[in-house]
Amino acid sequence: MSTPAAVVNVGADLFAEAVEDQAVPVTRVDWRPPMEGTEADLAAVAADPLRRTANERALAAMLDVTATLVDVAPASEVLGLQRGEFLHAGPPIAWERTSGPLRGALMGGAALEGLVDDPEAAVPLFESGTGVSLEPCHHRSAVGPMAGVVTPSMWMFVLEDQATGRRTYCSLNEGLGKVLRYGAYAPEVLTRLRWMGDVLGPLLRAAVRSRIDGGAGPVDVTGILTQMLQMGDEAHNRNRAGTLMLLRDLSPAMVLCSEEAGFDGADVAEALRFIGGNDHFFLNLAMPACKLALDAARGIEGSTMVVAMARNGTDFGIQVAGTGDEWFTGPAQLADGLFLGDYGPDDANPDIGDSAITETAGIGGFAMATAPAIVRFVGGSVPDALATTRRMHEITLGENPRWSVPVLEFQGTPTGIDVSKVCRTGILPQINTGMAGKVAGVGQVGAGLVTPPAEIFPQALSRLAALAAARTPS
Amino acid sequence: MTTHVELRPGAYADSVTLLQVSRTVQGLDGVVAAQVAMATPLNIEVLTGMGFDVPAEATPNDLVVALRLEDAGALATALAGVDQALRDANRRETGPSEQAPPRTTGSAFRRTSDAIALVSVPGPSAFVEAMDALEAGHDVMVFSDNVPLDQEVALKRAAAEQRLLVMGPDCGTAVVGGLGLGFANVVSPGPVGIVAASGTGCQQVLALLDHAGVGVSSALGVGGRDLSAEVRGLATREAMRRLDEDPAVELIVLISKPPADDVAAEIREYAGTLATPVEYALLGPGQPDLTAATEAVLRRLGREVPAWPVTGSAAPNAGAIRGPFAGGTLASEARLITELLAGTGGGHTFVDFGDDEYTAGRAHPMIDPSIRLEHLARAAADPATGVLLLDVVLGHGAEPDPAASLAPALAGIGKPVVVAVVGTDADPQGLARQVRALADAGAEVHLSNAGATRRAIELSGGRA
Repeated sequence: MSTPAAVVNVGADLFAEAVEDQAVPVTRVDWRPPMEGTEADLAAVAADPLRRTANERALAAMLDVTATLVDVAPASEVLGLQRGEFLHAGPPIAWERTSGPLRGALMGGAALEGLVDDPEAAVPLFESGTGVSLEPCHHRSAVGPMAGVVTPSMWMFVLEDQATGRRTYCSLNEGLGKVLRYGAYAPEVLTRLRWMGDVLGPLLRAAVRSRIDGGAGPVDVTGILTQMLQMGDEAHNRNRAGTLMLLRDLSPAMVLCSEEAGFDGADVAEALRFIGGNDHFFLNLAMPACKLALDAARGIEGSTMVVAMARNGTDFGIQVAGTGDEWFTGPAQLADGLFLGDYGPDDANPDIGDSAITETAGIGGFAMATAPAIVRFVGGSVPDALATTRRMHEITLGENPRWSVPVLEFQGTPTGIDVSKVCRTGILPQINTGMAGKVAGVGQVGAGLVTPPAEIFPQALSRLAALAAARTPS
Repeated sequence: MTTHVELRPGAYADSVTLLQVSRTVQGLDGVVAAQVAMATPLNIEVLTGMGFDVPAEATPNDLVVALRLEDAGALATALAGVDQALRDANRRETGPSEQAPPRTTGSAFRRTSDAIALVSVPGPSAFVEAMDALEAGHDVMVFSDNVPLDQEVALKRAAAEQRLLVMGPDCGTAVVGGLGLGFANVVSPGPVGIVAASGTGCQQVLALLDHAGVGVSSALGVGGRDLSAEVRGLATREAMRRLDEDPAVELIVLISKPPADDVAAEIREYAGTLATPVEYALLGPGQPDLTAATEAVLRRLGREVPAWPVTGSAAPNAGAIRGPFAGGTLASEARLITELLAGTGGGHTFVDFGDDEYTAGRAHPMIDPSIRLEHLARAAADPATGVLLLDVVLGHGAEPDPAASLAPALAGIGKPVVVAVVGTDADPQGLARQVRALADAGAEVHLSNAGATRRAIELSGGRA
């Protein structure tokens, strides 16, 4: 037998030294005990004969998706959302347990839909539950940043996987500061939303459709993501390059189609100024693009890959490819970061929003290394950012060959969070996030870094182990 | 109080780092004062002021390590502390942009190819790490014990599908193409290929073959349960297949407790399909001991059976044999021989200090001798004790100089001591040096554990 060229040592360092004494190189694994009480479940899942191919399939299915922007339309039209139906971010939640920002957004949404005249008057409506219902965006193939509230009249981006025709949806981004998704519902918030419904949405629809009709095709959202990741965006807290590329792709069509759509030059100018002035405009395309990719991996029996991470401001929930539609939830955490103006940690609400779908797909906090410009904004340093992206490779199944990080020698982004690896290493997914004020109506108070509550991963692992055991005849 | 000053030409670290290093070393047990600095004129002045004599040849390019210690015994630890602090300081300098080490075996295999995995994490976590290696397409040695049987079966089935080799669980010793893994002796390449279900059993055979001038190409451990009815020799077959493919191997030696009956038949049938002959060295009641098995191997190879070396001489002393062993198979071999030759009534005791019962939360006695030395002193003081019989296992992984602690312990013992030193001349500890030190301390030292046991029986008055 030939002499091994190298040894991977996991455990006693003494044995690594003994190998090195024989002039054979050693890669030392920095092994630490797994999350408490997970050993048996980890072994059961590792022994599941389906796991390996299921995870390969899940990863491949996800990487195979190309998201394109095919339409912009009201939620009533594309999601069939009825008067009184509200979508929200995160796992399911009842009004009584909702946090301030989600309440504020629901109240503002109720006023936007004309259910009440004054947002404050919506509280008894939601308390009674009469004529109103709450449902997660994720249950309707949609995602929503922060509070993620979607009402029937809101206009949605419609993304489609060209190969399969599957679609996902996301509302249009309102900008920063006092905005509905951060729980603000002042008159200016509702005025902006009405303009978005009256002008921005219809104009974007006309532009997207005219591009397609004119042979330019739908906007390649996955392609823009590829480029923006090489331009300093991580597509969660920085979307500047992506937003400008979207403008590049849409503005000629917006100009050309405006007259036919019934808008004048001032409308077009205002829409262009709004998009160009909102660095986060592209986030609402990045998110449904990520969801479109991850949804391709849903329902793959035996796969331990996370397909959604989402928060409603009270609970943090994950869904896993191999465990169907079940949510594994724990308390949403407070982000650690920087605050706007006089706001401080006491003003912040726990983590909220579906935007962690970006991290689930391997960007956002997972691609922190590619966005050094914002590391200080979320309270970090450049070496931290490099270390974060590298650390996320420890808990993911593979790399995304399309989405690469130049400063890491164009290594692909860490993709496909593996519940087993999270439990084995105790490394939690790193999420970049905005912070909403905990009082309804306040809006954004800061931005920072946050992780899921650790306990939801052992919960999911335990279910995966039980499902594996049920499949294995004993 | 004692001082130590040394110059390290060519070593360099910046002054801030060295201040931190000095502070760390000052905090070590037994260190009264410490200064680690570049030998600049200013620093020499400081050192002189502290009462250290800096050699006149010191230049500003030399690193000075100056220590004042409570006693000379603290020197080794203090110097180790200096080295560690210097290493740690360098590590800090590289900063967090440096790539962190992999956290799982799977992650390590993304960075390394063409490697074998060596797993020694606690038993309940070993399966998961070993599966990572198999999924990456690599052989794995599992040193860990306490791995559940069903996990061993799952692991070996997964390996068999890919023609990969799982050595273990609870595999203490392997030599793979000359590379020692775990506790392994340094042997020359040669015509023998070993498949072993026992670590120290394998080491005894390696040591005896080495003395007889017969080299070993590979010695593949398979774990003590591989030939059970549940595992059915999955690893044994793969190991035999590998050795059969190795043109250097002329004879395959299988060292194991007798397999479950139908498994034995399956293995013999499989052996019949190989081009290389297979010699069975089966251990246990009614079977030849390891030394006899090795002699059979030598005869089959047409080699001469040498006299197994004995150094020193112990005196007779009637009483019970006390056997504090580090090697499990060596302990059971000694017990079996004693029961066969002297019966079970003599009050003889053999303890395997490598057993889980003694290793929970502490290192194996082949690494840390302290628990065995304590037991040895108590056994020697027991008036019922006639003869002490023990093993010292050398090789990679084992403590660097076992005689250094054992010889002083033996010197004052007042009872005859017979030691089986299992090792080779090329082992890092040096067989001859270890044997000499133990013999000088009054022990009678054998290379053959069986020979040592027979001699202990003879000295204790139990015939033989």
